Amino acid sequence: MSDSSTHPSYLHHHYGDVDQQREAAKLGMWIFLVTEVLFFGGLFCVYAIYRSWHPEMFINAHHALDWRMGGINTLVLIASSVTMAMAIRSFQVDKPKQGIGMMWATVLLACTFMVIKYFEYSHKFHVGQLPGKFYTYTGIEGTNPHIFFSIYFAMTGLHGIHVLIGIGVILWLMTKARKGSYHSGYYTPIEVTGLYWHLVDLIWIFLFPLFYLIG
Amino acid sequence: MNSTVAAKNGDYTIPKLHYINAAKGLKSWLTTVDHKRIAILYLISVTIAFFLGGIFALLIRLELFKPGEQFYGPDLYNQFFTLHGAIMIFLFIIPSAPAVFGNFVLPLQIGAIDVAFPKLNLASWYLYVIGASFAVYSMLTSAIDTGWTFYTPYSTSTSTAVISMTFGVFILGFSSIFTGMNFIVTVHRLRAPGLTWFKLPLMTWALYATAIIQVLATPVLAITLLLLILEKAFGIGIFDPAMGGDPVLFQHFFWFYSHPAVYIMILPGMGVISDLIACFSRRNIFGYKFIAFSSLAIAFLGFLVWGHHMYTSGQSELSSVIFSFLTFMVAIPSAIKVFNWTTTMYKGSISLETPMLYAMAFIFLFAIGGLTGITLGALSVDIHLHDTYYVVAHFHYVMIGGAVIAFLGGIHFWWPKMFGRMYNNFWSVVAFVFVFVGFNLTFMTQFFLGSKGMPRRYHDYLPEFAQLNGFSSVGALIQGIGYTIILINMIVSLKRGKPAGPNPWGARTLEWEHTTSPPDEHNFDGVPAITHDPYDFRAPK
Amino acid sequence: MTDNNTQSEHKDHILPVKMYLTVGAVLFFLTIVTVAVSRFDFGQFNLIIAMIIAIIKASIVGLFFMHLLWDRRFYMSAMLMSMLFLGVFIIITMSDTMRRGDIYEEVRHPIVREAAIYKNIDKSENDSHSGDNHDEAKKDDDEDQHAPTH
Repeated sequence: MSDSSTHPSYLHHHYGDVDQQREAAKLGMWIFLVTEVLFFGGLFCVYAIYRSWHPEMFINAHHALDWRMGGINTLVLIASSVTMAMAIRSFQVDKPKQGIGMMWATVLLACTFMVIKYFEYSHKFHVGQLPGKFYTYTGIEGTNPHIFFSIYFAMTGLHGIHVLIGIGVILWLMTKARKGSYHSGYYTPIEVTGLYWHLVDLIWIFLFPLFYLIG
Repeated sequence: MNSTVAAKNGDYTIPKLHYINAAKGLKSWLTTVDHKRIAILYLISVTIAFFLGGIFALLIRLELFKPGEQFYGPDLYNQFFTLHGAIMIFLFIIPSAPAVFGNFVLPLQIGAIDVAFPKLNLASWYLYVIGASFAVYSMLTSAIDTGWTFYTPYSTSTSTAVISMTFGVFILGFSSIFTGMNFIVTVHRLRAPGLTWFKLPLMTWALYATAIIQVLATPVLAITLLLLILEKAFGIGIFDPAMGGDPVLFQHFFWFYSHPAVYIMILPGMGVISDLIACFSRRNIFGYKFIAFSSLAIAFLGFLVWGHHMYTSGQSELSSVIFSFLTFMVAIPSAIKVFNWTTTMYKGSISLETPMLYAMAFIFLFAIGGLTGITLGALSVDIHLHDTYYVVAHFHYVMIGGAVIAFLGGIHFWWPKMFGRMYNNFWSVVAFVFVFVGFNLTFMTQFFLGSKGMPRRYHDYLPEFAQLNGFSSVGALIQGIGYTIILINMIVSLKRGKPAGPNPWGARTLEWEHTTSPPDEHNFDGVPAITHDPYDFRAPK
Repeated sequence: MTDNNTQSEHKDHILPVKMYLTVGAVLFFLTIVTVAVSRFDFGQFNLIIAMIIAIIKASIVGLFFMHLLWDRRFYMSAMLMSMLFLGVFIIITMSDTMRRGDIYEEVRHPIVREAAIYKNIDKSENDSHSGDNHDEAKKDDDEDQHAPTH
């Protein structure tokens, strides 16, 4: 057992050294990302199948989405990935204040994403482009257009929930960062949260062309 | 650290301090992050689930004892088989071996102090409890009679208890996912120095392969259930044909998880059997690498065959043919294991302790279960056998004859390590006989019933099936007696069992050679040195 | 599987700010490309081209932002494996959904071509058009009645 002078407070007792703990945390987060891929993947499968069954309807229905708002959201999330990566880097070089600033930027960009999403959703609610049995819009030709919106809301909604969770986690990390918990010797929680955040960005990179730019 | 002291006549004493008395009080158990205590919490939970599911089984067999309606009608019958299936699968079998044996034994077998994420481990148990509570709540408040498979369109049009039940299962799924995550990282990052992959006990390999399945398959169940809940609440039109959806698509999604799930159920059991056969034949396991890689092969191939549950559902003929072919492939790694186990026993020094009885029963019963699975995997034959009692018999042979028998073998093997005390040997053998005889009587008859055409999930049957059904119900009662004897035997041993000592079976893996019985809170005295292979019975002690 | 878990193979690699900004700029550029390309019609290749660009963007995020280029190979293998399994799921499921009706034409399409909600929408929308919609709805009903229940 290592003695207390080489046993920093952030090293849990069942790990031999900090590096082992850090690699374990990263591996754990990567495995979690594997589960997220399979989780969202099911919805991508639903998309693929219904699009293959009703290709014309999908093309007609997607005009209801505004590609400009979707495009801006894509740029916003990419920027938030940049700021998140920069946040980690700041802690790596012992610049915690800069790191917290970068985390603020990430949160603000993520909130921008959610605000734009809110405008998109509320417009759809207004005209009746709702999922499933609540669908009342008449302007789209094709078989069962409500299915397009069901899949749209399911996928972007689930993605949005992940964005919100990410915002919450980053805010919580910021409170701990302000207390000086993170520095060049230990920034693992921010590193693994960054991995999660990049996956959220990744999923949107696929959602954007699949919903907003069909045909 | 205290070690056991052998008195003059060879008796052992329980060490003064160990993981059970390290901290006292209910709160210390409910807030523990010790993997061994979490294993005990799971053990208690899955035992309760097993007996609860068993009660529903006895209710089913009670009604089916004679033809005609005896005690209750079809609606209640449908609820009983739904709850029997859902409880046994989601609350008992899937958590049981990974969460009980994995949690207790895995860190010990690799020389670690704990799993990689102890707090996540405790969270997994709480998710189990919360999910189980939702399931039990739905059971008590409203009728769920969809079958444990929740097929649409019935599940989307029937009572709303389906939502709370599927939500409970959704939460249970995350318990399974987090356990899988924990075990993968534990095996990768926390092995003792010198413990390379091919020096690991095969139990560890089996748990690792199981964890891979848990991590890859369970998220698909999660999205399936989420979509089902959305279908019921919003009519999204994915699975419900009235809204433009496809019910067969639900089955694809459901079975993409549920087939690999059966390998979650059986792989840890196979790991147990490997450890038991080697120990009680006093021989190095034959074909170690074959068994290790076959565990991974089962994990991967198991993902390719889900459509064999759907041959008659309306899926395209092309995919039925593809799935049938792939199903034959998946049997091969399991067969490899069976050959290796039997070869290990050849010219070994066999001792018929109770765990070995279970291990040998496993090989026999799992062979029957696996082979009848091949019968069902053949597309042309399954057209006739689908939804008959042949299927019911097949999966009970692999689930009880395989997974439960292996679980009981593991319990009888690791009990002295977990609690420091040995159970009564005579009653353990009596119970084994009851379980073995009762099980075969219950389910061997059902192969014949099924091939004669008796359909499953029916609350009544034609008079020509009466005799075999009668035998089957009697078998169920005998089984139930056997399980009850085991429960009583184990509980009594906690107070009156003889202290077992650190290694009553003379096994060579780390949990036996380097820990006390029960183990210390921190498992090992320093870092254990790896001096020999896990099944090397000729290496010096 | 040659990990030795007590040895640190992995020293902190600190990447220059310029790299993150450049990668971000490349991703911005590729997003603009995605939108621009969607303006042209490549027929059946539309989807494939859009997905290829998306995969390139995703790979860049993974390799650079998520550090896969410098980290243990196992992380990239795990990610690729998850996508492989997802691909298996989608492809084999579509070998069913795309090939229904090979033998019996009636089962080719989803069971209900027009969900019941559309009758209500049409009715409540515009009474003067209700005659046309009524006939169409009827036609669909007849079709549905012939569709086999399996």
